[in-house]
Amino acid sequence: MRRLLIEGLLKAPLTEARPRDDDAMLAELAERLQKSVRRALGHSLSIRQVDAGSCNACELEIHALSNVYYDLERFGLRFVASPRHADVLLVTGPVTKNMREALERTYNATPNPKWVVAAGNCACGDDLFGGYANVGGVEKVIPVDLHIRGCPPTPTALLQGLVALMERAAAQS
Amino acid sequence: MSFATTLLELGARIDAHQTGPRVAVDREVWWRVALEVAQGNVTLLALWSDGRDVHMAVLDEVEGEVSVVSLACPNGRFPSVGRTHPPAVRFERAIVDLYGLVAEEATDMRPWLDHGRWGVRHPLGAAKPDAAAGLPYAFLPAEGPPLHQIPVGPVHAGIIEPGHFRFHANGETVVRLEERLGYVHKGIDGLMRGAPIARAALLAGRVSGDSTVAIALAFARAVEAAAGVEAPPRAQILRAVMAELERVANHLGDFGAICNDASFSLILAHCGALREQVLRCANAGFGHRLMMDRVIPGGIARNLDEQGAANIRALVAHIRRYLPHLVRVYDNSASLQDRTVTTGILKPELARQYGAGGYVGRASGRAFDARRTLAYPPYDTLRFEVPARTAGDVDARVWVRIDEITQSLSIIEQCLEKLPNGPIAIAMDAALAAAVGQEATTLVEGFRGDVLAWVRLGPSGTIANAYIRDPSWLQWPLLEAAIEGNIVADFPLCNKSFNCSYSGHDL
Ligand code: SF4
Repeated sequence: MRRLLIEGLLKAPLTEARPRDDDAMLAELAERLQKSVRRALGHSLSIRQVDAGSCNACELEIHALSNVYYDLERFGLRFVASPRHADVLLVTGPVTKNMREALERTYNATPNPKWVVAAGNCACGDDLFGGYANVGGVEKVIPVDLHIRGCPPTPTALLQGLVALMERAAAQS
Repeated sequence: MSFATTLLELGARIDAHQTGPRVAVDREVWWRVALEVAQGNVTLLALWSDGRDVHMAVLDEVEGEVSVVSLACPNGRFPSVGRTHPPAVRFERAIVDLYGLVAEEATDMRPWLDHGRWGVRHPLGAAKPDAAAGLPYAFLPAEGPPLHQIPVGPVHAGIIEPGHFRFHANGETVVRLEERLGYVHKGIDGLMRGAPIARAALLAGRVSGDSTVAIALAFARAVEAAAGVEAPPRAQILRAVMAELERVANHLGDFGAICNDASFSLILAHCGALREQVLRCANAGFGHRLMMDRVIPGGIARNLDEQGAANIRALVAHIRRYLPHLVRVYDNSASLQDRTVTTGILKPELARQYGAGGYVGRASGRAFDARRTLAYPPYDTLRFEVPARTAGDVDARVWVRIDEITQSLSIIEQCLEKLPNGPIAIAMDAALAAAVGQEATTLVEGFRGDVLAWVRLGPSGTIANAYIRDPSWLQWPLLEAAIEGNIVADFPLCNKSFNCSYSGHDL
């Protein structure tokens, strides 16, 4: 373990070793976030993720936001365990009818001001999953402030989206 | 005499079924098969319905053969298999919910996928409108004065899929855990009916996103077998590359996450980086980080170029160099071992009875691996081992994953070495047009275990019916058994070591 830790100290962080495109985008994001988030919500933004029927691939990419390449927390964005601590609900999936009530209750448990992000094509209302078991999109159940498309959206797209939301939130306040 | 031979003597072979025998039987033979399954002579793989018949897929582990036993239900009833073989219970409850068939003398009559929210009962059978007011659910009781209940979910504290867990605890010790699932039921059986094959393939790839390659592969292989065609050799090899990349990515993610659930975040950070490297490599090579929609009926959707292959080779070398450091940390950290060793033990008998696949089965002595036992291409030409252990605890499930990563890396290298040139897909239209009503059942090894797919082709390039059984169906009930007698605080650790899919189960 000592060796791993020492190597970790000596080696350049992975966070900088990402491809240039992503680098530029994330650096830009970091800057934009700092401005807008501080204005609306101080230094941080708490996100509660709700899976409303996803195939779980959206969750995998949301998870990836916390790895060292994206390191979500350096932007002041963090995931929280309870909707009562959240500013943002990040919702995935076509909203199955079996999850509808849980989503509504989670929304109601989130204090104002709050924002809802629909992440992934399913949550955005794509009709791949129609039929008797799905409501078909987050917007049909609770108001949505931002749609992040993709199947699943890439971690970079998710970061971009959260920034766009921040700008809108700042404009509101 | 193999099970299939006996079966063929007792029932009528369905000629439309192109892989292994599917045999139509009467109620008596159905019941006899149920007893065979209960006695452990054959392993129950899945139990499902197409609305008219009920089908039971069983595996003869000695012969490495999958047979399907079918019973027509003209009066809407079939003898319950769950009555003698508990692993069948949830399958039957799902059949009752979706199709309105009656499992005679079933031991558990509670609805399973149907939470009373659909606005319709038995949506795939004789559908009846319903108030959608929600059905009450009676959890199984546990008795004893100091017991208390802990309800968890469906919305959990982390970034995980939804499901409800009901704990009965005596102080810190779990006396009973009962799962209630079905929250992410999307009705995939119904959406598959009559769907054009391209759309059905999209659905198959989204049954459980973490296994998108494996499930799309099981589905594609079933469609190809039903149509009597095979994907070209280059596609077969590249499918294996993708399937193994998926396995490596998931095992790395799980290894990190399990350690993190024991509050050891160092390994999570490193595994998270490795996993990200796998996904980026997949994206560069195949054009999608999770390789979704890359396996299609007829072949694959995207070729791997020289650069992509070189990236993958470099990735393999990198993981091979890097992972042993992490494994050493895992092995040498007493605080971590203290949490994983002897925690959440799954007994070998239960693993066998439930036909538990993947690391769940292999950590409890059931060394079944569809890649080995059924040896579908290209695995019939590859050298690899099937790591197995017997301790059955969280630690054993971690080790199986670690050992499997090593095997997968070697498989990927072998595949790239023997990668032939040539087309990556064949046109399916003519074969499909000539194969209306044909069927096939396939088993493919995903990272979590064996995925079963059954398809029946419809007219003009559609799917008449399809059924996909994620390995989670047979692993979820085992989690309930493994947690018994452990402390509540170890549940996340046990749960992560199983890492069952909610979406793959709820369909
Ligand atoms: S958008 Fe795609 S990845 Fe996300 S839940 Fe839907 S099908 Fe899965």
